[in-house]
Amino acid sequence: MSTFILRRVLQVIPTLWVIATLTFVLMKLTPGGPFDEEKPVSPEVKELIEAHYGLDQPIHIQYASFLWQRLQGDFGPSYKYVGWDVDEIIAQSFPVSLELGFYALIIAIILGVPIGILAALKNNRPTETILMSFAMLGICLPAFVLAPLLILIFSFQLGWFNPFGWVYAGDRVLPALTLGVFYAAYIARLSRSGMLEVMQEDYIRTARAKGLRERVVVFRHALRTALNPVVSYMGPAVAGLISGSFVVETIFFIPGLGSFFVNSAFNRDDTIIMGTVLFYAVLIIFFNLLVDILQMWMNPRTRHG
Amino acid sequence: MAKIAKRQGLRMGQLFRQDSWDRFRSNRKVQIGAVLFISSVLLCFIAPLFSGQSHETTRLEYGAQAPSGEHFFGTDDLGRDLFIRTLMGGRISIAVGFAATAVALFIGVGYGMVAGYTGGKTEAVMMRFVDTLYALPFILIVILLTVLIGRSLLLIFLAIGAVEWLTMARIVCAQSKALRNQEFVAAAKACGASNIRILAKHIFPNLLGPVIVYTTLMIPAVILLESVLSFLGLGVQPPMSSWGILINDGAKKIDIYPWMLIFPALFFSLTIFSLNFIGDGLRDALDPKNNLSNQAVR
Repeated sequence: MSTFILRRVLQVIPTLWVIATLTFVLMKLTPGGPFDEEKPVSPEVKELIEAHYGLDQPIHIQYASFLWQRLQGDFGPSYKYVGWDVDEIIAQSFPVSLELGFYALIIAIILGVPIGILAALKNNRPTETILMSFAMLGICLPAFVLAPLLILIFSFQLGWFNPFGWVYAGDRVLPALTLGVFYAAYIARLSRSGMLEVMQEDYIRTARAKGLRERVVVFRHALRTALNPVVSYMGPAVAGLISGSFVVETIFFIPGLGSFFVNSAFNRDDTIIMGTVLFYAVLIIFFNLLVDILQMWMNPRTRHG
Repeated sequence: MAKIAKRQGLRMGQLFRQDSWDRFRSNRKVQIGAVLFISSVLLCFIAPLFSGQSHETTRLEYGAQAPSGEHFFGTDDLGRDLFIRTLMGGRISIAVGFAATAVALFIGVGYGMVAGYTGGKTEAVMMRFVDTLYALPFILIVILLTVLIGRSLLLIFLAIGAVEWLTMARIVCAQSKALRNQEFVAAAKACGASNIRILAKHIFPNLLGPVIVYTTLMIPAVILLESVLSFLGLGVQPPMSSWGILINDGAKKIDIYPWMLIFPALFFSLTIFSLNFIGDGLRDALDPKNNLSNQAVR
């Protein structure tokens, strides 16, 4: 098991190098630059600006210093938020995204797993149809449709929550719900099919033949295996939660990393865009690694590496 | 011998096709999904032709009107008929969905087939590359691309297609790897068939099942992605409109003109819903391993 982990960690290094290089190349290939304003500055000033950011160096020097900076966790200065470094912006806004993603994940699991398990246990009965139709609805209602609807109902009609902002504890509810529902629906589908499959296994029949109560059979014997697909979905889910929250952040005016990213896309703030992509990539790789290890621990059958 | 193998293959293929078609037809999910989706497409592409309303005529003095007999979905704040606007937006969204899916399909199937069929080092390197791209937050990449290469409709297809092909490549690679060692491929090789011929005539037809299933699931994902981009203002640019733009407009006016959100959102969600239903049902029909629900019914 430790060799497996070691090998996976070593695999991360070339992956990161490729990603860093890709972002660098994309940044260089971009026609125009962040300093091509609508009101063009004089060539001398532009030269000074470019010299300040090291853009006048030959390309291989730029590449080397780029890699060296990223290696030290330095994402360079923001081009548009003058005086701010990208890592400062990330350090300030990412905790907000993380908090939002965390609540959403909790909602997704708390809603998704019981719905899926219940649907599987009530296979081919009306309960299942109703539950799984809800799950389908959750998948087909993207955040940008669900969020305004939730705001309409809970803010404007009922007046329970603020329609936007990130100040009071109550402000967390609607964004987290918006973000969590899609993943809850997906988790429900996964845990349903996982449970259906497990309930046909021989060892479940054995457990029943032993005269165990159904509750014990379900929770002690079936659940752990049934949730395997859910666990392997956690990697992409967490990745989606932290990187996909930018729609929700934009709608609810939450000062997270996602809304910075979208703003930077409009501002052509290249260093923020590239830095954020690289940062998210590192996070996603890290979570995928974590999930792989977790899965191996939960399911001995995958421990062959 | 090649002739016999070919004839045999054809007959098997027909059987498979017949069987799939039967299952396809008898699947309730697919039926509901197909009816919903086809009516949505027909509405979007045909109804605006017969309507007296134009989606561009603004009537400021008219303003936003609640739904009525004259304007089924009401009008927006510029007095434009929302029903027609929703349908015209649907045209763009559905067209982008299909075109970007075609791009992703083309790249993904080609890449995966070559990787899986070649095997060995080539496959390892090619799939390692896919894994690497997988680690990138893909929706951020699309945004990155729209920023870098501009915001024309064509580039949106390419950007979406460029990220959506990865899963397809993985599925196709795994399948063709399994097919590579089958006897009929060995037989074709023994008859002197070239690699390209084997890929086109022997591997590709056997990939159709999973590819079709995944494609039907990819179209709604692509439509969704395009709508997210348009919603954020990074996708289709006005005066063109897509569902994402309409929903964005509606979301801004939600407190005063709720119908501006509700109708486009409803239309959009129903279309996505129907496509997902078709994909789900097709998976049940074409992938015998995965049809627990079917087994239970029979």
